[in-house]
Amino acid sequence: MRTHDFYEPRVSVVHQSDARVKVILTLAFILAINLLPPGTWANYLLFLSLIFSAEILSRLGIGYHLKRSLLALPFVLAALPLLFTLPSPYHSIPIFGVNLQISQPGLERFLSIAVRSWISIQAAILLAASTRFPDLMIALRMLKIPPIFVAIISLMWRYLFVIIEEATRLERARSSRSGAAPYGSARPGGRVWWRAKVTGGMVGNLFLRSLERSDRIYAAMLSRGYNGNPPTATIAPLNRQETLTIVLGLLTFLFLLFTGLTLGV
Amino acid sequence: MPEPLPNPIIEIQNLRFQYPDGKVALEELTLTIFTGEKVALVGPNGAGKSTLILHLNGIFQGKGSIRVKGVDITSKTLEKVRSMVGLVFQNPDDQLFSPTVYEDVAYGPVYMGLPKAEVHARVTAALNAVHMQGFEQNVPFHLSGGEKKRVAIATVLSMQPEILVFDEPTAGLDPRSRREFIELLEELPQTMLIATHDLDLVQRMTNRVVVIDRGKIVADGSPEQILGDHALLLAHGLA
Repeated sequence: MRTHDFYEPRVSVVHQSDARVKVILTLAFILAINLLPPGTWANYLLFLSLIFSAEILSRLGIGYHLKRSLLALPFVLAALPLLFTLPSPYHSIPIFGVNLQISQPGLERFLSIAVRSWISIQAAILLAASTRFPDLMIALRMLKIPPIFVAIISLMWRYLFVIIEEATRLERARSSRSGAAPYGSARPGGRVWWRAKVTGGMVGNLFLRSLERSDRIYAAMLSRGYNGNPPTATIAPLNRQETLTIVLGLLTFLFLLFTGLTLGV
Repeated sequence: MPEPLPNPIIEIQNLRFQYPDGKVALEELTLTIFTGEKVALVGPNGAGKSTLILHLNGIFQGKGSIRVKGVDITSKTLEKVRSMVGLVFQNPDDQLFSPTVYEDVAYGPVYMGLPKAEVHARVTAALNAVHMQGFEQNVPFHLSGGEKKRVAIATVLSMQPEILVFDEPTAGLDPRSRREFIELLEELPQTMLIATHDLDLVQRMTNRVVVIDRGKIVADGSPEQILGDHALLLAHGLA
């Protein structure tokens, strides 16, 4: 029932850095690595070592990030067609008795995408795990992201947990009524089609309830003076050290990107 | 202690439950409920009442043991236990998820795999028991609070449980719905465990009161004994 946050409290340099520094560096990191051409393995490796170092510095450890980054796996499947659609040379590989024709540049492209998304997602995980959500939102506002986008992100976050909570309760109520007959040989469970119908009903119920609940929450927000702009706390501008961290970070990413673009394949 | 009835129906031994965030919700809780008893479970908010209730049919599984009619609650006996223990949730909206009242009340029996005729007979009997006959084709979502509560009980009665467990059954009901609801409870023959803050309901309905606070049982006695002890009620947020 761990629902409430991705934030993992630790005492570390990464956790204590200003959220703005982390947001800028994370976005720049992800942008830089994804602008690298396919097949520049040495540069990927350098980016990987950067993110590993940050993970160790954060005291969350590499293992934590590896486990969470498995989330990225399904998205990699979207790049799978590249294996077959890119030009020759082809290699034929027998899978389940069928000879698949796999393109070599396709394979290289696919692996490049997989590695880059895997590294990118680790950066995002590190940001989310080392920064409190409200700090993240303040950082986005300070970085001049349009307030409407920030409002959408923070409300989405808020309501996501409302919906998870409602769904958990519905699910509990259903399990409570999913029993076996104490006598006779009837097998419990019901038919698949019937179960699908019940689940459909639950989804409809969840939608109606979430809608009503969100209306109530919104009314409560309005009655407390919400006008679309979250209250702006005054936050000190970045100090010299923080600015320096950002500049150094950006220079490093630029250097890695530049070498990848010029020296790469 | 009240005169112990011969037949234990729920036996809880040293139950301990800790939420994933480390908060201990139940501590070494031991409680036996006997067949035919109407037991009130009272205690302040956050005392562990709802957590305890969710253990009685294995939604939560803590350390220690719980036996229902001699059956240990384990992952293998869940379905068996759930047909013996009928849980009525505080918010009937949690419990009603079908497009019609009929389908909702039929859920339990259909899940059990009972034949159609038997399902129909049980639905009719359950709706009669809560005086909601004629509402079969209504949409549960559009019923009034009191009606929803009755249908929620019917959805459990159709499984023919031997124990009914209620979480805050009268919360949010208007006075008339509340009165009718208590009258309905008085008609039902099953063993009952009722978690509530409604001390008037406790006095009218139950013959044993268990006070729980911070995950522990702090008192167990007859309603006269417990409700007459003002200091006890005050100490545990009940007065």
